[in-house]
Amino acid sequence: MDSILFLIFAAIAVGCGLNLVLQTHPISSALSLVGVMGSLAVLYLLLGGEFIAMAQLIVYAGAIMVLFIFVIMLLNAGGERRGRKRLWAPWAGAPMVAAIIGIGAYLIQRAAPRTAEVTFGAFQHGNPSDIGTNLFENYVLPFEITSILILIAIVGAIVLARKEIE
Amino acid sequence: MPPLPAVIHGPAPLSWYLILSAVLFALGAAGFLFRRNIITVFMSIELMLNAVNLSFIAFSYKLGRNDGHIFSFFVMVVAAAEAAVGLAIILTVFKNRQTLEIDEVSSLKN
Repeated sequence: MDSILFLIFAAIAVGCGLNLVLQTHPISSALSLVGVMGSLAVLYLLLGGEFIAMAQLIVYAGAIMVLFIFVIMLLNAGGERRGRKRLWAPWAGAPMVAAIIGIGAYLIQRAAPRTAEVTFGAFQHGNPSDIGTNLFENYVLPFEITSILILIAIVGAIVLARKEIE
Repeated sequence: MPPLPAVIHGPAPLSWYLILSAVLFALGAAGFLFRRNIITVFMSIELMLNAVNLSFIAFSYKLGRNDGHIFSFFVMVVAAAEAAVGLAIILTVFKNRQTLEIDEVSSLKN
């Protein structure tokens, strides 16, 4: 049952990822990215990461993608124009990407232990209480530093995006 | 209906998750290299970050600890900050040059 769920959502993720790369209009790419993130959230749930799955849906598929779509709509971005000189790039690049994926998959398949299998419910430390305990016991300093990082990002975004003051 | 083979209804091997992560990362890298729209390039970066997150969670499952979950939580935070600043930069570029094609934003080249 785990395998068939994995295969379904992995197929959705790869299909949406391909669509992201192949579409020329940014809105189509953004919606494909939402599909990738949703199916990855289901895979996190299969791996026992309940907190991360919800954070993926709320932060990534919710907040960040809404920001992307806002900007696409604000700039009224249309489809890409056809390139003049880059026609050879996809034809040379697609086999290379396929070769890299194939070699990587082969190496992972060889290196991974045969007995490592994923059963739903076997990993019990992904709930918010365990994550919070570990976060505030062992990772307090990185957590506080990320708050400063967020503050810097907010100030930077406001400074960059404001109207010019004459 | 014949019974499904064991590889379908049994547990999924951990290596499948890692291979899916590699596939998504390669797709993101390809999009980063091939696309010419700045926003699509930016979304390809987000796809690569998501692929790495999947690897973190899969290894976290294998090791039986939730440190990988915390790392991917930090990756999400950094991605949110990066999206805010990056989209503000894109807005500024569009305001100054009225284009989203990365080939036309090449003042640093010469």
